[in-house]
Amino acid sequence: MKLTFAILFAAAVSNLTADPVVIGSKKFTESYVLGEVAKRVLTRAGVPAEHRQGMGGTIILWQALRGAQIGAYPEYTGTIAQEILKTDRQLSIKEVRDALIKFGVGMTEPLGFNNTYALVMRRGEAQRLGLRTISDLQRHPELKIGITHEFLARRDGWQPLREHYGLAQQKVIGIDHALGYAALAEGSIDVKDAYSTDAKIAENDLITLEDDLGFFPKYEAVFLFRISMREDAIAALRRLEGTFDEARMVRLNAEAERTKNYTRAANLYFHDGAASPLTAGESFWHKLARWTLRHLELAGFSLLLAVIVGIPLGIFASRGGAAGQAILAFASIVQTIPSLALLALLVPLPFFGISTRTAIAALFLYGLLPIIRNTASGLQDIPRSLRESAIALGLSPIAQLCRIYLPMASRSILSGIKTSAVINVGTATLAALIGAGGLGEPILSGLNLNDHATILEGAIPAAVLALIVQWSFDWLDRALIPRGLRL
Amino acid sequence: MSALIQLVEVTKNYAGAAALHSTNLSIERGKTTVLIGPSGCGKSTLLRLIIRLVAPDSGTIAFDGSPITPVSIDMLRRRIGYVIQEGGLFPHLTARANILLMARHLGKSDEEMRRRLLELCELTRFSENLLPRYPLELSGGQRQRVSLMRALMLSPELLLLDEPLGALDPLVRAALQKDLKEVFTRLRQSALFVTHDLAEAVYFGDQIVLMNEGRIVQQGSLADLRERPAGAFVSEFINAQRGLALL
Repeated sequence: MKLTFAILFAAAVSNLTADPVVIGSKKFTESYVLGEVAKRVLTRAGVPAEHRQGMGGTIILWQALRGAQIGAYPEYTGTIAQEILKTDRQLSIKEVRDALIKFGVGMTEPLGFNNTYALVMRRGEAQRLGLRTISDLQRHPELKIGITHEFLARRDGWQPLREHYGLAQQKVIGIDHALGYAALAEGSIDVKDAYSTDAKIAENDLITLEDDLGFFPKYEAVFLFRISMREDAIAALRRLEGTFDEARMVRLNAEAERTKNYTRAANLYFHDGAASPLTAGESFWHKLARWTLRHLELAGFSLLLAVIVGIPLGIFASRGGAAGQAILAFASIVQTIPSLALLALLVPLPFFGISTRTAIAALFLYGLLPIIRNTASGLQDIPRSLRESAIALGLSPIAQLCRIYLPMASRSILSGIKTSAVINVGTATLAALIGAGGLGEPILSGLNLNDHATILEGAIPAAVLALIVQWSFDWLDRALIPRGLRL
Repeated sequence: MSALIQLVEVTKNYAGAAALHSTNLSIERGKTTVLIGPSGCGKSTLLRLIIRLVAPDSGTIAFDGSPITPVSIDMLRRRIGYVIQEGGLFPHLTARANILLMARHLGKSDEEMRRRLLELCELTRFSENLLPRYPLELSGGQRQRVSLMRALMLSPELLLLDEPLGALDPLVRAALQKDLKEVFTRLRQSALFVTHDLAEAVYFGDQIVLMNEGRIVQQGSLADLRERPAGAFVSEFINAQRGLALL
């Protein structure tokens, strides 16, 4: 009896202390739902697990898996062949599995449904034009196509599809998946790419154009996992094999979009209705506090780093010369990289990957320019006569800097820091793209669900935060800028 | 006893143009030497060379018998006071903090600083009540008095003044001229005073050094310059300014 208790206790402790298995998911409803289901099946098997929702696209998830930042994530066989193994051949399940081994990655058997790509249209429009198959699109080059950025660039995406079918449409735009459904509904686009199990297809009364020339490969849903993952976790994941079919997946997706709640959708899979204690309804205020704290952590840390690095660089840059120019040019270039692209550039680097580090590093880089530029210009604006007075007094260079130049430039430096802080609070919402959390989390889920209320749950607090930052800096201005400069 | 400052064949070019041709000059202890001449004649350059805000292209400048080098200059600057036209006061520091800046940096005792500050206020006729004010809260004349106090704080052996009264209106200027002269006399201060105003030069100068186009044209008393001009420029310069003074 005692022994049993001891073993149970040890097991409990080891479960509590072991790092949880991290399940990743891509940024669309089905992936969220599968991620949530996986987390639940692991938790039920006694494996601590957490779910990092909506981390981005295939490459980001694959890199994260290889870099061991996540333990498993849901993927599709067609995507694995095309995007990961980079082959145009249809591979058997066994061939795919053998090819993945050398990356230290395993694959479950198919979960039971094929979620292929499809082109969808409004039913009424399709009937009016008499469109039934993708080939039929050849007759209507005037149709406006709106497709996801991933599909636009995929090896089994828009370009090869257009060549395969000889399509002539010129009006092609890239648009977010969920927003694309809204655009389709209100008629700004006529055709979009979809996943064949999207709940929106039935919901919005859309039809799927038949792939009559057999372009799209099979997209059997599977889980990829690290072979080095603990065995009970792998066993638990494999319990999901063959337990889905397309109708079931569409139902789960529809449930997720209807309730705006992935946990609820996962419950539906387990037929139990009762949420597990780990995922039990976190109150809105609790979530808000969690998001906000995280957000402040991201923006605050990165700002601190930007100040520590930016002010010395600004001092250096204020002296002009080639090195000074180079510093300013570097900071300016970083500023012009779109934030999403910067994240994507950092993710494949060692040390970064899918982590909070990456988000902080990106925000830090964005925060640099205003601080460097304002420090440099604040120092350069000090009149020559005052610089010479400081020198003529016999102050050492360090004392000149600390007692005279920096205090005189304090207003400019502080306003640079303020700009960085406001930018960081705004940009930190993008950290959610790589699973770093913060107020971007509800914004991203909301975008994904095309649910304005959820978007606002993140957007309003982020805006309020930016205002608070602005006010706190106005107060800091009064506290830190010498009174003699404010006259 | 050697001269306080000795320039030997000092030259300075800016972007290829000579600001100062080869120049020799001695500045005596306890006296006020005035550098005078038209704008761009090199008088400010000469001053800036002594405090080494600019380095000479050739020649040597000796302070108290030893040559000024980049290494020795930091210590020497503490023995030299420097006052410029706009005062050069740091706007983020109060009048008091401006005056005490260097003394604090050198770790002088509070008591010593307080005593010296009172002395200086009395000497420069500056009201103690104004010490907590910032430069922007002071008038132009008050600022120059603070600037003078800052320069005198460490009892410098030499005072360099670069048109210290140039930006003041005539009444304030006259009052400050009088007070400044008194300070020099009381302290028996060695000073090098740059101005373009002949009346001011005569009022302050034990010795007048007239410069033009980067050269010293003549040095001596006003009488020397007037009665034994070294060239046409000297007479021209003196007559032009005297004409105005007689108005």
